[in-house]
Amino acid sequence: MNKTVDGNRRIIASQHVKIGQKNRKDQTYTDPNKFFFETEGKAQFLTGSEVIKEAIRLASVGTSVAYPITPQSEAAALIGELFAEGYLDEYFRGESEFAVMGQCAGAAFGGHRVFTTTAGPGTLRAIENFPMWAGARLPIQVCVTCRGINSPLSIQPDTLEMHYLLETGMMVWHAETAQDLFDYILKGFIVAEQPDVHLPIAVCCDGFFVTHTKDTVVLPPTDICLPPYDPYKSPVPAMDMECPPVRMMRDPFVMKSNYISYATHASWQQEVRGAMERSRKHAIALLDGLVDIENGDQEVLFVTSGTAVSQSREAIRLLEKDGIKVGLVKIKTVRPFPTEEIREATKHAKHIFVPEFNMAGWMGREIKAILPDNERVVTAPHVAGGMTMPSEVIVEQVKTTLGIAFEPLAQRG
Amino acid sequence: MKRLNIRLSGLGGQGAVTAAHILAMAANKAGLHSVSNPFFGAEKRMAPAESYARIGSERIYDRGELVFPDVIMVFHPQVITMQKSYTAPFYSGITEGGLVIINTSGDLLTEDDYKRLNDNNVSVFNVDATHMALNIGKTELSTNMAMIGACAGITKVVDLDALDKALQDRFGKKYVASGGTATLDEAIKKKYAKKEMLLKANMDTINESYRRAVEWAEQENYAVVA
Repeated sequence: MNKTVDGNRRIIASQHVKIGQKNRKDQTYTDPNKFFFETEGKAQFLTGSEVIKEAIRLASVGTSVAYPITPQSEAAALIGELFAEGYLDEYFRGESEFAVMGQCAGAAFGGHRVFTTTAGPGTLRAIENFPMWAGARLPIQVCVTCRGINSPLSIQPDTLEMHYLLETGMMVWHAETAQDLFDYILKGFIVAEQPDVHLPIAVCCDGFFVTHTKDTVVLPPTDICLPPYDPYKSPVPAMDMECPPVRMMRDPFVMKSNYISYATHASWQQEVRGAMERSRKHAIALLDGLVDIENGDQEVLFVTSGTAVSQSREAIRLLEKDGIKVGLVKIKTVRPFPTEEIREATKHAKHIFVPEFNMAGWMGREIKAILPDNERVVTAPHVAGGMTMPSEVIVEQVKTTLGIAFEPLAQRG
Repeated sequence: MKRLNIRLSGLGGQGAVTAAHILAMAANKAGLHSVSNPFFGAEKRMAPAESYARIGSERIYDRGELVFPDVIMVFHPQVITMQKSYTAPFYSGITEGGLVIINTSGDLLTEDDYKRLNDNNVSVFNVDATHMALNIGKTELSTNMAMIGACAGITKVVDLDALDKALQDRFGKKYVASGGTATLDEAIKKKYAKKEMLLKANMDTINESYRRAVEWAEQENYAVVA
């Protein structure tokens, strides 16, 4: 466990299938280090949904289970086309999101690499299964294309559902763009399946802003693929009724309130969190750090994740025209949370703005909770219910906080 | 070039989403940076549907609704007459010196509208895109092509060659879209015996609309916003 990876290899992947061999689609199993860092890509102009399909084409996925809910329906349907073309072993439509996640668990217990997609109300309907996946140490990947979850109904992007995922024991990564989404899906499998991690992962993106937006994405050739999941690298026995985790599900001692049950819970839940901690080093190696920092020496910083990062980048351009320099900290993994990285990056900042696409401002709270002098954190602007966050609104927030006069947008047009 | 932000306001089924994709794709083919995205409620015909194309010479991060567009393309009179748009009035947020292109056979704007638009130095081009689509493309489903031609003819944001390449990309190969869009794609493909005929009819519609828009821009002495 925790073997050091030498300088040329950022990550170790199972080689039970020989690297260099071909699969039935004539794709060559390629070492992840080569796949991610030495393969020349080609720029294409695609929507995020198409990008999910292209990622799964190369991901050697065994089973994918689909259920329609906007904005992930297109991606789920496109994976069905991959199945028809012979890229996946199993693909079917579940009865509901709750059923889908249970079916995913079955496929993962059986030793398949498993991928599914969900969104908004679907995520919440499915949620009971997520801590079960984590407790059962199933490295399933769910792609969450965030949308509103509240009544009144919205099909538009809102990141509130991500907050519900934070303590499920799943890794939670947040893609800013379609390019991130492609990279995180593929790298997510490799990190999730490390024997010292072996946890489920939610790769999140903002619905529509990523899934339905056509953008330039650099993709590797389609004649290579990742090595498949190796179930024999699992740190827990597969479906052994006498061993954890399955024994803990069926055995009455956990159902009783006694010290054994408490101790079992405490140790097992700690172990899931320990596994999450151990995922850091793999994620750092594959994602080039859990955060990206641009002009981190500025006194004013934006610290956020997802599309809010993109809108902040535009705000930085607008502010620069007014002579106000602002830096950026892009959070790539929300679980594990880049606590040390954010502390270090914001050490000299006087004002830390956290723009967010949800009503609760949970990312602002996460950041406030880990920083000294957290009165520096401005948990604004927020939009919710699928509203767009124009970069001009972020600019107004910065100017208001800094006490700089401006002509309000409401007077325009 | 300065970034050009285009808002396409139409009704579900008219191809406003496809039009934004084709404009952005054409810009991409021309080596520019571009993104396009749709914005709508649960899909249904005749309900408001908007899409946006952002085109420029540096990388574009901006996502979602275009609140401050340089160009607004109105695909259906009901966007104006029945307020089927996400902003009220439909030109709310338009930038100083902007452009409004309206698909109509008459004039839909009130004196008050013209005053507010003039105050902002905004030009209005009324074009009967549906009529042009029926005449040249032989189907009103080509309305979006006429609208694309009008936008390109006036702003010159993409040229005809790039639009041709984008059309080939969109209709020349298997394309994946939502259920509603796929149905409409099938409908338009059935109108033509061959894919090439569809591509030609679409390009002819764009060409004619482009030509008329260039004429108008010269007449009006319209300076390109971008």
